[in-house]
Amino acid sequence: MSENVIYSINGPVVKVKDSTDFSMMEKVFVGHQRLMGEVISISREATVIQVYESTTGLKPGEPVEPTGSPISVTLGPGILRNIFDGIERPLKEIAKQSGAFIATGSDVASLDEEVLWDVTMKVKVGDHVIGGQIFATVPETPLIEHRCMIPPTLEGEVIETVSNGQYNILTCIAKVADAQGEVHELTLCQKWPIKTARPVKRRLPISVPLITGQRIFDTLFPIAKGGTAAIPGGFGTGKTMTQHQLAKWCDADIIVYVGCGERGNEMTQVLEEFSELIDPKSNRPLTDRTVLIANTSNMPVAAREASIYTGLTLAEYYRDMGYHVAIMADSTSRWAEALREISGRLEEMPAEEGFPAYLPSRISQFYERAGYMETLNDATGSVSIIGAVSPQGNDFSEPVTQNTKRFVRCFWALDKSLAYARHYFAINWNESYSEYVTDLSRWYNKNVDPRFLRDRQEIMSLLAEETKLMEIVKLIGSDVLPEDQKLVIEICKVIRVGYLQQNAFHQDDTYVPLEKQLKMMDTILYLYRRCKEVITTGKPLRLVMQLGLFDKVTKMKYDVPNDNIALLDEYPTMIDSAISTIA
Amino acid sequence: MSLQYVGLHEVNGPLIFLDHVLDASYEEMVEIKCSDGTTRLGKVVQLEGDKAAIQVFEGTNGLSLKNTRTKFTGRPMELALSKEILGRTFNGSGQPIDGLGEIYAEKSMDINGQPLNPVSRVYPRNYINTGISSIDALMTLIRGQKLPIFSGSGMPHNELAVQLVKQAKISDGDGKNFCIVFAAMGVKNDVADYFKRSFEEAGVMEKVVMFVNLANDPIIERTLTPRCALTAAEYLAYEHDMQVLVILTDITSYCEALREFSSSKGEIPGRKGYPGYLYSDLASLYERAGIIKDAKGSVTQIPILTMPNDDITHPIPDLTGYITEGQIVLDRNLNQMGVYPPVGVLPSLSRLMKDGIGEGYTRKDHSDVSNQLFAAYAKVQDARSLASVIGEDELSDADKQYMVFGNLFEQYFLNQGFEDNRSIETTLDLGWDLISVLPKAELDRVDNEVLEKFYDHKRAVKRFNIKEEPIIRELANEGE
Repeated sequence: MSENVIYSINGPVVKVKDSTDFSMMEKVFVGHQRLMGEVISISREATVIQVYESTTGLKPGEPVEPTGSPISVTLGPGILRNIFDGIERPLKEIAKQSGAFIATGSDVASLDEEVLWDVTMKVKVGDHVIGGQIFATVPETPLIEHRCMIPPTLEGEVIETVSNGQYNILTCIAKVADAQGEVHELTLCQKWPIKTARPVKRRLPISVPLITGQRIFDTLFPIAKGGTAAIPGGFGTGKTMTQHQLAKWCDADIIVYVGCGERGNEMTQVLEEFSELIDPKSNRPLTDRTVLIANTSNMPVAAREASIYTGLTLAEYYRDMGYHVAIMADSTSRWAEALREISGRLEEMPAEEGFPAYLPSRISQFYERAGYMETLNDATGSVSIIGAVSPQGNDFSEPVTQNTKRFVRCFWALDKSLAYARHYFAINWNESYSEYVTDLSRWYNKNVDPRFLRDRQEIMSLLAEETKLMEIVKLIGSDVLPEDQKLVIEICKVIRVGYLQQNAFHQDDTYVPLEKQLKMMDTILYLYRRCKEVITTGKPLRLVMQLGLFDKVTKMKYDVPNDNIALLDEYPTMIDSAISTIA
Repeated sequence: MSLQYVGLHEVNGPLIFLDHVLDASYEEMVEIKCSDGTTRLGKVVQLEGDKAAIQVFEGTNGLSLKNTRTKFTGRPMELALSKEILGRTFNGSGQPIDGLGEIYAEKSMDINGQPLNPVSRVYPRNYINTGISSIDALMTLIRGQKLPIFSGSGMPHNELAVQLVKQAKISDGDGKNFCIVFAAMGVKNDVADYFKRSFEEAGVMEKVVMFVNLANDPIIERTLTPRCALTAAEYLAYEHDMQVLVILTDITSYCEALREFSSSKGEIPGRKGYPGYLYSDLASLYERAGIIKDAKGSVTQIPILTMPNDDITHPIPDLTGYITEGQIVLDRNLNQMGVYPPVGVLPSLSRLMKDGIGEGYTRKDHSDVSNQLFAAYAKVQDARSLASVIGEDELSDADKQYMVFGNLFEQYFLNQGFEDNRSIETTLDLGWDLISVLPKAELDRVDNEVLEKFYDHKRAVKRFNIKEEPIIRELANEGE
């Protein structure tokens, strides 16, 4: 194999001349330092390799070694609570080896191979097993039971098992003989190529919402379990804050947080915050259900491209165990830019704005790996994808935003002017949409209340009407409007400030259960109806405004604690008695 | 022993190409001896078989295909460092230019640095008191942060940077371990002089390391300048436990240099002709700010960039904003009104602020004040745009109050002058007085409890000498 040597080097792209030893997407080791790389194109003349690490110091003539397998990740217990780089190298281990700065060529096993796990066997000798079947379980964290599955392609008979006990991930704990009589050794971990979706039995229709406790999402633009959403927004509009809030509070079992080409300090913040935050449902730190993939903006660009797939594969693995997984990708634009950078180095013909022509198909492949699935072991699990998009110059017409819009069904558009006014979440209710509302209506009607969607619709219409009215107000001021339209503007102010705006740093407001959301909507709409009655009798709105009801209702999000939602039932009486003083 | 190559294959812009090169490594340094005896430095930027493309830092003027000798050094570009660099001035590629001789190196470091492992970072929390009200209260600078100043030609960003350097105090330190690394990239002679003079006048020169690449210096050297500066900063911070403030000016010139260099290499351009890797390249600079676990020092960055045509959506400010932890945007209108520093409050932001203020850091009510000021000032803009259509007289009473607030805010809070150094208490109290100009019912960002404690309308009226009648009417009466 010694004839496979580096011919040319240009940034992260390395070429090998006149070689027929490589296959597409194969993992290779480049140079004496054994940097990890991937074959991205092959021709008779040259094989092109993108290298996942810095190529500084590499020389033409250094060896390139094929491995025969595509870039894959190790799947097994020890993934949760961990933080990996884009190609699943554990950053904590790297820090132990090479200090605060990441050295090139660090060769570290993905998962801890020393630690002993409490293994409970779920199969016995003589059992017939099929791919995806659970053969052993391990309590990975106090929250999550790790279910080790037979590799999807394997079927056969168990011919040997170990007894329950403590094993590390490399010990053979079961042997399976397939139909050809070949014996396969099973350990707690398995490998899977990151660019191939893991198989499932079938896709189920989407029917359950991913509950976030954030009013604007749950009420106005809900996302389903197994759904896809994009959060586009210029810098400073709160993409990362939104992702953090969702990762903290959404009711998925597992969170995969991919920091793709973003700030190092943000990853540190997630690490610190999540280990301090206690999940209200289990009283355990949030890290127990979280895995972080960090490829910060100064880490090698090729690994940035891989980080998204690594995250997805980990998510699918936990989905196959029967968990609901949410993956936050922050930000997919950096991933697209990594594609562009590599494409530029390959001198491919660029399409729009220098992005390669295959950008849309890559984006669609990514989002289509989400879904609500019946797994091979007959459980149900889901992968929901929430991707942040960073449009250049806050221009939503740029290729990444536009193409993402085609493949997601939830679009949460962040708005600069709302962010400037420190209205968070700065989600523009006119531009955003969710296509899941119809799919989820049955769930809401059954599990919350049929009123929920009716209230939602009424609030949406009021907001739409306000937008129209504001255009008039901008031209001629609000004084000239008729009283009922003034009321719409005032009540929308309550909706915007008292309902849509949510304070992530307030102990109660940071997570609001659906029941409280419903009652808050009820209260606002009750206030609206009562006021409307008053002004139709010819009384001026000014009179109603003086009662201070609007301020009171605006502040109900702080005044009513989550553990005493019943307090909201007193608001209608309060409104009635206040209004009776002027009627 | 190392080989020397006589002659070149091709010269193109800042690049030279060599044939039949043996054993060259990617991004290693080369020395190029010219026929006149001078030596230039270069870096390998592309290798293809036995051909090497080399960028020459000092430019290729005078190089011909025959008269040069090229030597490969076998190592990447390194910077010689010792604590003696404090008080010294270097050119853009790290050579001393103050006539005080070479640095006796205690350590040599690769100027490209290596990515900082996120798990080894400490999340920055300690604020730096800049003494500038708008920054301290509304976009607090945190130690270990990267907070750029978005400016435009003709605006006082240099003055602001000097004022920051003069006034910056670390909240819990004695200031002994505080130092400044200053990198000038493509700045005008006068500007470099201005900085030097200001540092001398402020008596901080012995705590400053300067790297100067002037506007007429070679562009390749310009692409090295910030890397040299950051390497020096990392050395001082992590080897000598110093709190380092790095000022990089002007990032726009740096990016222009990168574009020029990229197009001479024949690369496919991205947006506006800038190379597709501009984001990664800028990130490799900005991400070098931070604090490391187990190290006492920190690197805080204030990059300054001039937005071409004041356009914040231009690729340079746009990409910068996506990497840095906030931005301080200067506003041309405020500048023309004579407000100094002309900080445009609404588009400015500090992302790390939320965790570095409040009890234990600044003051308990800090986040309330800043949220309310932001929200109120945003409404001022609405009122003003409405007033420009229908006239101020037609505004509602609440909007008129906002107009008064807006003017006072700009006049007292933003406009503080070059010499004024305000403590955080002064700033926050001033903020409360301004908020108190507004009616209580308008203050929807503040907890009732805090409001009761700090809100005092009468005090505000007295301090700013407001007649209870809105000030606009008062002015109108004066005119009669």
